[in-house]
Amino acid sequence: MGTKATIAVLSGKGGTGKTLVSVNLAAVAANATYIDCDTEEPNGHIFIKPTIVGEYVVTEPKPVVNQDLCDGCRTCVDACAFNALALIGKNLLIFDEICHSCGLCTYICPKGALREEQRPLGIVKRGRKNGITFLSGEMKIGESSAVPIIKALMREQSTDLVIIDSPPGSGCLVTETVGNADFCLLVAEPTIFGAHNLAMAHELVTLMGKPSAVLLNKTQEGENPSEIYAKEHGLKIIGSLPYDEHLALLSSDGHLAVEEDEHYHTYFKELLEAITKEARHASDSDPQR
Amino acid sequence: MIIAVPAEEKSLDSAICVSFGRAPVYCLYDTEKETSTFLDNKAAEAPGGAGIQAAQFLADQKIDSLITFRLGENASNVLSAANISMLKAPNLSIADTIANFLEGKLSSLNEVHPGFHHGH
Repeated sequence: MGTKATIAVLSGKGGTGKTLVSVNLAAVAANATYIDCDTEEPNGHIFIKPTIVGEYVVTEPKPVVNQDLCDGCRTCVDACAFNALALIGKNLLIFDEICHSCGLCTYICPKGALREEQRPLGIVKRGRKNGITFLSGEMKIGESSAVPIIKALMREQSTDLVIIDSPPGSGCLVTETVGNADFCLLVAEPTIFGAHNLAMAHELVTLMGKPSAVLLNKTQEGENPSEIYAKEHGLKIIGSLPYDEHLALLSSDGHLAVEEDEHYHTYFKELLEAITKEARHASDSDPQR
Repeated sequence: MIIAVPAEEKSLDSAICVSFGRAPVYCLYDTEKETSTFLDNKAAEAPGGAGIQAAQFLADQKIDSLITFRLGENASNVLSAANISMLKAPNLSIADTIANFLEGKLSSLNEVHPGFHHGH
């Protein structure tokens, strides 16, 4: 098809089916890159089973003080927007997990008493499987923010078609993936909680000016609060994926549904076409692109 | 010595604020002069690191003891570095809490929580 598009798959909450949808979309595409951005618990590799061909450590800078040079002037403490520093007597205390690695303290210290030290934050893995280029980020246990890992993943070379498996939620990590996307596919569950979190994800992509559509997952008989939300808020429903025990079993065994079941192969192929059409349409109608 | 108590309002009848870092005001009581003053907590509205900023503020006020319901790990580290003792707050007004302190009825705060900050 040769479509050039970056698709972010996201949802306000975890467990809606982001990875299920992402890996199967990547698998039906002729030549796509799948990026697992769920750095706290990346699991795309379970389905794609790539051969890892490269791996590197992502670091982030943290300030370190030389107490011999520090004269306790407090410039850094007062300047830090995140309150990551405290000065008790002449002793400068640095709180790494509060620090956002902005570098201001090191930059403004009049005595040159602060320097930055690179600390490992996580790893980025690159792999291949059939036509899929596989990228995955994994944060070190105990770290609190994976933003630098997501940024590193977004800088990686990829194919024309990219499927980003976003982290759950609608915070900083998700804004990183959405910011890089041409089109956002929201995956939503048929529950009140699901609709609430769909609303959060929808508000985020709308705020960021990204075209989007929702895939209603695990649909069943009866009222679907996520469907009601979409209709009331002019959010395009690109498809429904009815609840299916067979699909759940395939996934729980780590299989790609598109490889095991003809019905799902056709389903995801058509879904991918619908998404790329939407993404193309969106970029055609946006004069800034 | 000076003791500090996070307060809901600028009154000795006020309840102790359940939050340390985000308490609106602190009551500072000087045991020698037997005077109390109320200071606004600028850290109350901080997007992050409120506990650290509040602890720095109280350390700058040269307090000797803090009476609080609970305390985060980071704030506790700042206060420890400044040799400020941390005491467990009773469920009483500011005035009664100070009285309890003077009678030596308060015990030290043993547990600190890891903080409520979540990612970026």
